[in-house]
Amino acid sequence: MNVPSVLLWGFAATIVLSITMAGSQRLGYTRMSIPFLLGTMVTPNRDRAMLLGLLVHMMNGWLFALLYALAFESWHRATWWLGAGIGMVHGLFVLTVGMSIVPAMHPRMVSEYFGPTPNRQLQPPGFLALNYGSRTPIVTLVSHLVYGAILGAFYQLAGP
Amino acid sequence: MRLAVRRRNGYNIRVTSRIAVQLTRALSRDFLGSWLWYRRGNQRAGSPCRSTAAAFGGRDMSDSTEPAYRPIGDYALIGDCRSAALVSGAGSIDWLCWPRFDSPSIFGALLDRRLGGRFSIVPVEPFVTRRRYVGDTAVLETTFQTANGVVRLTDLMPVASEAEKARALWPDHELLRRIECLEGTVEVDVLFDPRPDYGRLAPRLIDRHAFGLVCEHRAQVIALRSEIPLEPGEGPGARGRARLRAGEARRLSVTYDRWLPVVLVPLGGAAEERIARSLAWWEAWTHGCRYDGPYAEMVRRSAIALKLMTYAPSGAVIAAPTASLPERIGGVRNWDYRYCWLRDASLTLRAFDDLGFTVEGEAFLSWVLHATRLTWPELQVLYDVYGEARIPESTLDHLEGYARSAPVRVGNAAIDQLQLDTYGEVIDAAWRYCERGGRLDRTTARTLIGLGDTVIRRWHEPDEGIWEPRGGRQHHTHSKAMCWVALDRLVRLCERRHVQAGSARFARARDTIREVVEARGYSARLGSYVSIFGRETLDASLLLLSLMGYADPQSPRMRGTLARVRERLGADALLYRYLDEDDGLPGSEGAFGICGFWGVEARALQGEVAAARGDFERLLSFANDVGLFAEEIDPGSGAAIGNFPQAFTHVGLINAAVTLARLQGEGPAHTPVAAVDRRGHA
Repeated sequence: MNVPSVLLWGFAATIVLSITMAGSQRLGYTRMSIPFLLGTMVTPNRDRAMLLGLLVHMMNGWLFALLYALAFESWHRATWWLGAGIGMVHGLFVLTVGMSIVPAMHPRMVSEYFGPTPNRQLQPPGFLALNYGSRTPIVTLVSHLVYGAILGAFYQLAGP
Repeated sequence: MRLAVRRRNGYNIRVTSRIAVQLTRALSRDFLGSWLWYRRGNQRAGSPCRSTAAAFGGRDMSDSTEPAYRPIGDYALIGDCRSAALVSGAGSIDWLCWPRFDSPSIFGALLDRRLGGRFSIVPVEPFVTRRRYVGDTAVLETTFQTANGVVRLTDLMPVASEAEKARALWPDHELLRRIECLEGTVEVDVLFDPRPDYGRLAPRLIDRHAFGLVCEHRAQVIALRSEIPLEPGEGPGARGRARLRAGEARRLSVTYDRWLPVVLVPLGGAAEERIARSLAWWEAWTHGCRYDGPYAEMVRRSAIALKLMTYAPSGAVIAAPTASLPERIGGVRNWDYRYCWLRDASLTLRAFDDLGFTVEGEAFLSWVLHATRLTWPELQVLYDVYGEARIPESTLDHLEGYARSAPVRVGNAAIDQLQLDTYGEVIDAAWRYCERGGRLDRTTARTLIGLGDTVIRRWHEPDEGIWEPRGGRQHHTHSKAMCWVALDRLVRLCERRHVQAGSARFARARDTIREVVEARGYSARLGSYVSIFGRETLDASLLLLSLMGYADPQSPRMRGTLARVRERLGADALLYRYLDEDDGLPGSEGAFGICGFWGVEARALQGEVAAARGDFERLLSFANDVGLFAEEIDPGSGAAIGNFPQAFTHVGLINAAVTLARLQGEGPAHTPVAAVDRRGHA
């Protein structure tokens, strides 16, 4: 495995993914912020949560880039469309499985079964994270697709 | 002597003089107390002669095969703070939407008695009823008196603390009913007829014997476990009967799950435990109410009604749990209120805070600020419980509508309207939160600044206004005054360093707005503020000018406004929201519930406390037998009309009671916004 390439393009892909999602938030397409969700696992302070969450998010970006790189190495090829394909599966997994188990893992998030105790915590994402805006699935899929495409396009396979 | 009696299934039958005499005795003896609740006679449950004709202005809406529509005020509300059901005075659940308030109905007889579906438990013999909530809870008891005995029906959606729920497996939702015989022998008839998706489906129920009757719809499972055997018929639904003797009880539980295997809940003693646990939870919650001023019972009941319309997972408060209950029987003013209106934000927060339910208030404010992120820096009129901004309106043409009031609308087209007053409501809510010691994070502060900039950019535009007329945009005085409120609160937030921004531009725009409102929103000829710039029409939202701190309630201009509004829009203690404006819709509507309470507050703040108290007591008399208010009240008959129950009306009741208590030196809590001078400074 070409570790420097993983680190470089994993970082770049994560940056682009973060920009895509944050831009979509600002445009009013979604309220989903992965750094915020990750950060609030650690602290209730919103400002600090964003910072910590972004750091964890970058680390996650590298870890997932390793998995992508493993896939490329096993196929002996890395192309943008292969990367995009893995990104699509990755995004679907996040939406269908990841989002459904987040309320169980997150110490500051309620589930949809919560109540009647009033909620001072994070809303649950719901199926396909639709509770964070009806265009959230599209934004999530597109950003992961771009993430995978960047890795696929620029990752240099390790030599034989 | 023979007496004509209309039974629950609509047939006219004859009963003997013996039964008639017993019923008359029952009415005059055991049920006298409850009958006094039924001051408005023909609109209430409890009459052995159940003709609905009078309630519908002489038109009999029943036919020979289906139960008639019951008056809107005949319903009571139960819920679990994620969904709600309406139970009629005759023991029929005619409205239930699962899993959320705004989900398609499972029982919808309220909007179509033939297609909608219902779940009824009712004595076979003629009966009279009396209802109450058990103590300060949302557990409903309906007592049926028949010629041969008395049975009591208990209805609830079980609730518990999160810690208790973590100790046992709970279904997604549960509706629990218990019928118990108190005296004599009574035969009861049970009809379980779910019709998911607003009655578009009439599913055959599958009898899984010990595991109950099951109705499957896509990934949703509705299961009934019953201690009364029910037989699925040839068509949809299942029916059964049981003869109960004194001391006997039967329990029935409907559960709902989706995407996952259904959770089968035990009946018998376990169901009794769920009832006891729910009673304890509600009692404990109500115990948190710190209000002990006048009318405390009605205030607590309103708080419980408000709580039942709160969506706990997000903190949102919906306007009402129903859709398309008409503002005029047979009319077209039928809207879906199962969403959250930002215009309610500040007043709702005030109601929660003044009663001591600060957690609910904070959760609601948090929802407001979170929900509006999708449309920031613009605000929409309404959002769903998770803040979804797109709620398209459509009509359900397969439903005939309540008492044939068509069309039945779901979704709400008001979402496309511009209501500038919402900016004032939201920023005022944030300011109230800070006034009570809350702190804003930087993201929220930036959100508020963005809203303030939008006000500066758009305040001079015409808008639809608070009442959402569909006749086009106008320059509404109330909207402009609420823009002033928005900027005024933002200036205060900046000055107290809750928001890190310069306040000068907000202050300049605020002062300009005031000058414009005072010049164009006031008629010297009328001696009153007016609804629309340059006209001489009035609407009840003008009373908010003093309640929201724009104007001194004792100023000559507000005194004149209150007098003109009461003169033109008053009916008894009630107030119409407007009368002389074209709202772009055919027909008319009743008096608007919350406007009457605004009138009480405005009058009290003006110094007429005793008169305001008289008005308040008169308004309380329009509540139904269990203390619930609809959106509107027909001043002629006193009947509840429009969506039911209406959170905004109960918010008005709470705020008016707190204001009265404060002015009489008996109350907590609410510190009104400081009176302002003409430049807008406190």
